[in-house]
Amino acid sequence: MPLDASFIGRRYPPTPPYEVGREKIREFAEAIGDPNPVYRSQAAAKELGYADVIAPPTFPIVMTMKAGHQLVHDPELGVDYSRVVHGEQRFVHIRPICAGDLLQVVVTVADIRAAAGNDLVSTRSEVSTVAGELVTTAYSTIVVRGR
Amino acid sequence: MTPAELTVGQELPAQDFPVTRADLVRYAGASGDFNPIHWNERFATSVGLPNVIAHGMFTMAVAIRTVTDWTGDPGSVIEYGVRFTRPVVVPDPDGTVLRVTGTVREIRADGDVAVDLVATVNGETVLAKARAVVRQR
Repeated sequence: MPLDASFIGRRYPPTPPYEVGREKIREFAEAIGDPNPVYRSQAAAKELGYADVIAPPTFPIVMTMKAGHQLVHDPELGVDYSRVVHGEQRFVHIRPICAGDLLQVVVTVADIRAAAGNDLVSTRSEVSTVAGELVTTAYSTIVVRGR
Repeated sequence: MTPAELTVGQELPAQDFPVTRADLVRYAGASGDFNPIHWNERFATSVGLPNVIAHGMFTMAVAIRTVTDWTGDPGSVIEYGVRFTRPVVVPDPDGTVLRVTGTVREIRADGDVAVDLVATVNGETVLAKARAVVRQR
């Protein structure tokens, strides 16, 4: 049975604030095997004009995937998570995420549709500072593989 | 990188990135994505996958290095999107190799540069419509 399309347009409340830590950025950079000093050294970051170390371009996924679980793990929607793979991902950055940022995510359900025997669920996640400055918007589509 | 040095069609240095199971475990920990399809072969095959597959987000994160190593400033990436077309299967113990190439596709009036990336494993495309936009400053 296809997923309930009436979820489209649903907007979840902001997630609890996430404090971006230098060591978390370093850990993420290590995990993606990226030796760039701007992820590790405040001096290197300042040389490029940043106040502190910045996060890699895909780092917001640390926050947005968890925020998206409000929808994906919503029993009312009934996604079988064991059949989920990632379909598409896009980030639009207003500025890089920086150590010390206090961020929250607002997830909106952009689309739910069936295609080629699978269900596709698309979300838009706005990542903003707690002061209301939009930093990044993440667009994500997951594929729930049919049987 | 200055506009004078850039031309449409210019190729970025291609890079090969080895991927092993240990990389996926490390990425799971750092990203918080503990879906067992990315580390547990028994589970992955039980849900119909050929084997353990890399996190799409791991592949995406590795691929953009072709751009950020080139610009030197990862904060210059103002937009980055991909479509995951084929799972990156990571066998134990040898792993696999992700090959990433990039081409300057467009230099916009405001100086923003669009780069198209191609990511392949064993010659097969794993990321489609992979495009980054870089802001020069």
